Amino acid sequence: MPTLNHFLVLSGLLFAIGTAGVFLRRNLITILLSIEIMLNAVNLTFVAVGRHLGTVDGQIITFFVMTVAAAEAAVGLAIVIQLFRLRESLNPDAFTSLKW
Amino acid sequence: MDNLQAIMPMLIVTLAAMATMLAEAFRRKDERMPIGGLGVIGLVGAIAAAGLLWDRNAVGFGVIQADNFSLFVTVVVAVIGLFTIMFSSEVVEREGIPSGEYYTLTLFSVVGMMMMASATDLLVIFIALEIMSIAVYVLTGIKRTDAAGTEASFKYFLLGSFSSAFFLYGIAFSYAVSGSTRLDALSTAIAQSASAPGPMVWLAMGLLLVGFAFKVSAVPFHMWTPDAYEGAPTVVTGFMSTGVKAAAVAAFLRVFLSAFEPLRGDWTQLLTWIAMLTMVVGTVVGVAQTNVKRMLAYSSIAHAGYLLAGIIAASAIGKSAVLFYLASYAVANVGAFGVIAFIATRERNTGELTDFTGLWYAKPMLAVLMAVFLLSLGGFPPMAGFIAKWYIFAAAVNEGFYTLAIVGVLTSVVSVFFYLRIVVMMFMSSNKAELEVPPFGIVGTLGLALAAIATFYLGILPTRLIDLATQSISTIF
Repeated sequence: MPTLNHFLVLSGLLFAIGTAGVFLRRNLITILLSIEIMLNAVNLTFVAVGRHLGTVDGQIITFFVMTVAAAEAAVGLAIVIQLFRLRESLNPDAFTSLKW
Repeated sequence: MDNLQAIMPMLIVTLAAMATMLAEAFRRKDERMPIGGLGVIGLVGAIAAAGLLWDRNAVGFGVIQADNFSLFVTVVVAVIGLFTIMFSSEVVEREGIPSGEYYTLTLFSVVGMMMMASATDLLVIFIALEIMSIAVYVLTGIKRTDAAGTEASFKYFLLGSFSSAFFLYGIAFSYAVSGSTRLDALSTAIAQSASAPGPMVWLAMGLLLVGFAFKVSAVPFHMWTPDAYEGAPTVVTGFMSTGVKAAAVAAFLRVFLSAFEPLRGDWTQLLTWIAMLTMVVGTVVGVAQTNVKRMLAYSSIAHAGYLLAGIIAASAIGKSAVLFYLASYAVANVGAFGVIAFIATRERNTGELTDFTGLWYAKPMLAVLMAVFLLSLGGFPPMAGFIAKWYIFAAAVNEGFYTLAIVGVLTSVVSVFFYLRIVVMMFMSSNKAELEVPPFGIVGTLGLALAAIATFYLGILPTRLIDLATQSISTIF
């Protein structure tokens, strides 16, 4: 029988995977996907905690988060497409026109 | 009705934003339309509504609180929006920025900022944060053919949404602690377990701290700031360096001084280190910059450090000092970016330090205004920045944060070097008048004049605004 802690550990792992992806992957689309994984890890936490507390708040919050994530993804993909048109590359290391 | 009253300023700006969107949709291809004017009407209306709501403590839907604190920030943010629109009118045309989208996004992001300052529910703060940020991501890259702008926009977007994931994870743990996302419920839950807070409480606090630190660009979460500020169109940089910071600091203050108040002894220690690092890194790296926009980005990081110092020394003086600092920093910074935008041309718009060589001989008025704004940012009397810094450091000393105050004073002395460097280039350079400054119109000139007057007014007669700031924090916290 999985308890709250199991779900919290799972979402913590997912969040860590997402964070690692943002730092380690060298493709803009994969980086965007990693951020989505982070947000979904948070969603899992909300649902698990809501279930544990016996309220529906957690599940309702998830809908807000999903909406925001969709809006973010739309803007993010638009920026990536524009960037690809200007640079013909999806590797973040190629973007060096702004530097220390 | 009471519900709608509390959100009236936001409602008015939202309607204005929708009106600008419709105006753009119905505009014929080469018809000229004063779309920015609609935004001005909306923002002035929001300021009037905030004035009417003052001292009324209206609550909207249980999650929006129109107390004096949020109304103060609402007015500051609306004024930032007004200056931005005034500076934008010529720039938008010259740089070929799509004007309908530009004004609409500016206004929507102002709505997000106002909401962030007035929300008393973590989830609403998150939604407001996203309303503000998503609009600003797009504004940063609104010149689609500009490689630097698009790159800046992507970097800002990436680190912004990365940090909001952390922020949201913090909200999830707060929800686990208190069973609600309301700040008052969280405060009660934390107060009950204040003697031995569980790991959930620490996680919630730490993750929310990281999220806020990203938004106010505190070290070590400041990496996006110089890139985003340099690449964005200059008027947008002025807008986001002031508006986003004001909203984030307001929400930071509210969350940490209401919900996490019982653990204040713990988070002030951590925040003191962050604040000192922020001041030092912002100042030291700022000295090495040769691009004015990038230099002002590091200066804004240093200013974030001073604002954090005010939050740490959260006595009555400290909290009103933060509000006063926000107002005086906003007028000076938005004005400085306004001048940079005015001396740029279509080809020369990166804001290099050399662009300012001999500005005094080409456009004496612009040089004088720029000097006023920079000296205010550097904290020279009789400009607003001096009083603002003085109050912050006085509060820090009163509360016994001596190291913080000493680091603050030392870094602001060092920061004078890079502000004065621009002033020296403008006034004392021997190669005169190579500079070709495009003509600029009456609205922008009026905006710059108002910003300069406000800088002097807050510096010479600060008591009125300080009284208002004190009133606005005395009702809450």
